[in-house]
Amino acid sequence: MTTLRADQAFLPSGEPDNTVEVPGTRAPLVFNHDSFHAVTETVCKVPEAKSPPLIWTLGFLLALMCTGMLGFMVTYLIFTGVGVWGLNNPVSWAFDITNFVFWVGIGHAGTLISAILFLFRQKWRTGINRFAEAMTIFAVICAGLFPGIHIGRVWLAYWLFPIPNQMEMWPQFRSPLLWDVFAVSTYFTVSLLFWYVGMIPDLATLRDRATGRIQQFGYGLFALGWRGSNRHWHRYERAYLLLAALSTPLVLSVHSVVSFDFAVSQLPGWHSTIFPPYFVAGAIFSGFAMVVTLAVPARQLFGLKNIITIRHLDNMNKVILVTGCMVGYAYSVEFFVAWYSGAMYEKFAFVNRAFGQYWWAYWIMVSCNVITPQLFWFKAIRTSIPLMFILSIFVNVGMWFERFVIIVTSLANDFLPTSWDTFVPTWVDVGTMVGAFGLFFTLFLLFCRYLPMIAMAEVKAIMPQANPHAGPGPGPGTGPGPGTGPGIGHAAAHSHGEGAHP
Amino acid sequence: MSTLTTDPRPEAQGVRSGDVPLHALLAEFATPGELMHAAEAVRKAGFRWWDCHTPFPVHGLDKAMGIKPTILPILVFGAGATGTAVGFALQAFTNSSALTLWAIVWVTGYPFLISGKPLLSTPAFVPVMFELTILLAATSTVFLMLLFNGLPWLHHPLFRSERFRRVTDDKFVLVIQARDPKFSRGKTEQFLRTLNPVAVEAVEA
Repeated sequence: MTTLRADQAFLPSGEPDNTVEVPGTRAPLVFNHDSFHAVTETVCKVPEAKSPPLIWTLGFLLALMCTGMLGFMVTYLIFTGVGVWGLNNPVSWAFDITNFVFWVGIGHAGTLISAILFLFRQKWRTGINRFAEAMTIFAVICAGLFPGIHIGRVWLAYWLFPIPNQMEMWPQFRSPLLWDVFAVSTYFTVSLLFWYVGMIPDLATLRDRATGRIQQFGYGLFALGWRGSNRHWHRYERAYLLLAALSTPLVLSVHSVVSFDFAVSQLPGWHSTIFPPYFVAGAIFSGFAMVVTLAVPARQLFGLKNIITIRHLDNMNKVILVTGCMVGYAYSVEFFVAWYSGAMYEKFAFVNRAFGQYWWAYWIMVSCNVITPQLFWFKAIRTSIPLMFILSIFVNVGMWFERFVIIVTSLANDFLPTSWDTFVPTWVDVGTMVGAFGLFFTLFLLFCRYLPMIAMAEVKAIMPQANPHAGPGPGPGTGPGPGTGPGIGHAAAHSHGEGAHP
Repeated sequence: MSTLTTDPRPEAQGVRSGDVPLHALLAEFATPGELMHAAEAVRKAGFRWWDCHTPFPVHGLDKAMGIKPTILPILVFGAGATGTAVGFALQAFTNSSALTLWAIVWVTGYPFLISGKPLLSTPAFVPVMFELTILLAATSTVFLMLLFNGLPWLHHPLFRSERFRRVTDDKFVLVIQARDPKFSRGKTEQFLRTLNPVAVEAVEA
């Protein structure tokens, strides 16, 4: 019965399988790291390497080229006007707001992992929270770009904020679009603080190991003189808990407010009370898919397979399955409500969505978002690295199309058939969309290269030997316990070795 | 006191210990458990200016050291409540009133009439009030935490010790400062040695 032991099972790919629950023990979350020092070495060797892997360099150049293209597209837009996009009279929002909602949604998984899973004491979050949070920041940067450039006269973007001006005019605070300004800017600020505060102890590790003057100065400056004092840790942990508790309602509010941009209007297809929870579920769904898309190559490329284990990926795929079911349910409820309302325009909006001129976008959305995640019911698929990578990309594509379908099909065919029109993207639309991905990957690759990709202090705190009641360990770290498979750090059951305590 | 230090630099070899002021004595421990036992002993011995330095927060060490809970959450609550009030005042002033008041410059409110809704439509103000609550609470959490911790403080005498650099990696260190009223170089070193450390080291001020 070897398969019953979590530490002795292996997957067909040869990776140790820690997805099996063994009664009375906690599944190991870190492999092959018998000491705290080994974790430091694994994580620090990436920023300390003299030169990055070749694939990193190639990927970075490609991403940088796309970012350059984004710069060109935005400049061209500003100098020419929003007419360079394929917008027309009824369809005044298309790729711009689709990209905005898509990127804000991507961000939500990072906050879910860093805040909500922290409050629920999900220890597996420690392996993935740092780069999921980084993903949040970079996604929100991409998101923030689009409302900024879609307003037409970019030089008047300050009208969005309540700044005293020569016209003695104020923003209109009863508009969801203004709520959005406050929600997204608060979200960005709080996510950045949360990410940075979590990184201070790890920056101190890099500072203390740095040999070059530039690294010592750079990491030293941002580590703020952190010296691991327990009196500091006490306030730090309380602050971290507070940030998690504040970010949890914040993340739910942000996508709710984004959904108000649509739901508060009277357009059939938008005017729906289901939107806030539906958007939040969709955001988490797409965000987790993006975490998987990024985690799979990152753990491979930077040798992090023993810290981002198959259990982490399996758990994320389970979240994708659950939120995918919620999204599928929301799609069907929308149709039911359209029929049950008896409203002619409402019914037409949904029939048109599935069978009108954008039928193909609708069915791409349904196949990617409803059918694809259902494959994650099977453990073999949840734990297969190539399959989960492909499926996560399908989900990313599907969730982009979901926003496109909601925004464009509802606008294109509204009440009066005489004012209907079809939106066709121009090369500037497509170039800006691709360019935003370039910006995202440029920032993400820079982060991977120069900052600690794993929250070292947090990973160390969930290792069995971090428990002060574990007894004195022989030499460097606790050795494998009795019955533990070769080369796998054991994870004995211990009652309260939390990374933080309330 | 040449037994005290393993720091290779000549000035740290203890020969000048008589004339160089001491910052602290530092004791290194191999595991969090040993550090915690040592911390309990140091607290019972009545020291006040001392600390433990660890690579990650060690569960139960706060209790062993006798650290009182921080007042941070209460202050953060105050900051959050301020955010709510500021959010309401901002929107009520700019959108519901025609008042003129001085806020760095003279500003005047503009009563917006939107779809026949009441001028003071508080429910519509809730999202921005909420966001400002979170914004003020979160930023004050971070800044108050750093303020109470005395950070940023880029240089510190402890950073002189090579041994101390391993604290952010995998070592567990207990530090008793020379400014403690109970501190006496010889006696405190003897005391630290009874706690079964890996090494004891003197850190100059």
